[in-house]
Amino acid sequence: MVNLQVKLAGVSLKNPIIPASGTFGFGREFAEFYDLNQLGSISFKGTTGDARFGNPQPRIAETPSGMLNAVGLQNPGVDAVIAEELPHMAQIYQGPLIANVGGFSLKEYAENCRKLDACEQVSILEVNISCPNVHAGGKNFGCDPAAAAEVTRAVKAVTTKPVFMKLTPNVTDIAEIARACEEAGADGLCLINTLLGMRIDLKSRRPLLANRTGGLSGPAVFPVALRMVWDVYEAVKIPIIGCGGVTRAEDAVEMMLAGAAAVEVGAANLRNPYACPEIINRLPEVCEKMGVTDIAALTGAAH
Amino acid sequence: MRKERLFTLERTRQLTADVYEMLFSGDMSDITAPGQFVDLELPGRFLRRPISICNWTRDGLLLLVRVAGDGTRELVRSVPGTEFPVLSGLGNGFDVKACVGRKPILMGGGIGTAPLYGLAQRLLAEGITPTVALGFRNEKDSFYIDEFVALGCPVFVATEDGSLGTKGFVTDLVAKSGCDFCYVCGPTPMLKAVYAVPQLTAGQFSFEARMACGFGACVGCTIQTAGGPKRVCKDGPVFAKEEIIW
Repeated sequence: MVNLQVKLAGVSLKNPIIPASGTFGFGREFAEFYDLNQLGSISFKGTTGDARFGNPQPRIAETPSGMLNAVGLQNPGVDAVIAEELPHMAQIYQGPLIANVGGFSLKEYAENCRKLDACEQVSILEVNISCPNVHAGGKNFGCDPAAAAEVTRAVKAVTTKPVFMKLTPNVTDIAEIARACEEAGADGLCLINTLLGMRIDLKSRRPLLANRTGGLSGPAVFPVALRMVWDVYEAVKIPIIGCGGVTRAEDAVEMMLAGAAAVEVGAANLRNPYACPEIINRLPEVCEKMGVTDIAALTGAAH
Repeated sequence: MRKERLFTLERTRQLTADVYEMLFSGDMSDITAPGQFVDLELPGRFLRRPISICNWTRDGLLLLVRVAGDGTRELVRSVPGTEFPVLSGLGNGFDVKACVGRKPILMGGGIGTAPLYGLAQRLLAEGITPTVALGFRNEKDSFYIDEFVALGCPVFVATEDGSLGTKGFVTDLVAKSGCDFCYVCGPTPMLKAVYAVPQLTAGQFSFEARMACGFGACVGCTIQTAGGPKRVCKDGPVFAKEEIIW
């Protein structure tokens, strides 16, 4: 028997596998494929203050071993999420939830987090300071250590639940941003968000995405994500959720060896709706082969 | 619970320079309406390929595939016996009851012709004989005209260069049809042109979009409608005329 249970800043998960925000909506579509209660947790669709349509079409493009998306934080807004989506989620998933929170100003981040913090279903707040597909006057909180720390402090001041800051890989030194968040009181980190990328259509000679650029995800980004989790693990003491290109149980184990306490699975859900339960079902076998009886012991074991 | 299916390629027939008819066998019980689509997993390609259902039986699936890139090129070159993991019966599809009491015309542009074939058969099963209007660039690019004629539907054809049928577009065929309800599938400029024909006071329009998942999760294919943002893959691909905002 392998114990798959892990802990994230005091929150107990039955296994380390979490569908990543933006690839899982509010669970409805995947509940048509399998019982969501197999999952360690769910990070639901990034939620902003107001309802957002997102970017114009097209906003999806395939890439070698991955995909670009430029959805642009489409969501019904925090009040509708609390009034409509969370009650529905309660029917299809009874485990601990991660609320992924977006924002365009310190005030909005704080307000959205305060509202979601008050929801009993929500166990962890995952603050997205790293979406590459929205343009808030050019300011990207996740690219500057001082700005990342400011958001962290603003959110921590109005919440009681663990706050995980979701970091962007589109920086020179992700460890520096991670340290700034830790010093500002973050309870954990989630990394990485998507890598900024592009495709151009030969016929039209124009970018394939209407937004011009999009976020790269899928197996193509796995080694990049793994390296960044490794670097951040060396730099901070708070727990890390590893995210980026995980498609198999072996990838999840690699992420944990690099330093992740839990693992988010993103684009893989879109190609294979059963990706998460398949990974969870294979984890015991992979652990047994490694002689591991407690999966939590893998976290950082490669260092 | 929804299931992933395994479909086996039975045979492929080339119809034009870039359009192929492919017949698959497997469990087709997920398919409930014409105009739905399947999402095929291809080896070595990260995203599935969403392809409109041309026709189906309990254990057979007919697809018309236009080669649009490397993925679809590999798909049409697959040898019989190849198995594909498929998410089947996706999307809402056309509503055959929507045209009751009206004179329906099925309007297809290029590869958009595909789902109209299965729709025509379901309408005939309901005792409704639709008029069919098909538009192609030229005679060389045309396909499936004989198949629609064989169903017993009145068929009109328009080509951009006049090499077959009326010179012009499918919209030029509406007046002589006397129809007032359209079922449409084709490129966006064609959908817009059909939408603007006053004689067609109501109808159902099948949309195309770049998708990642095909089952509603990624919201990559969302469009704006009168009823708010809607996913082409899950809430569509078919939208009623009154829902559409251009």
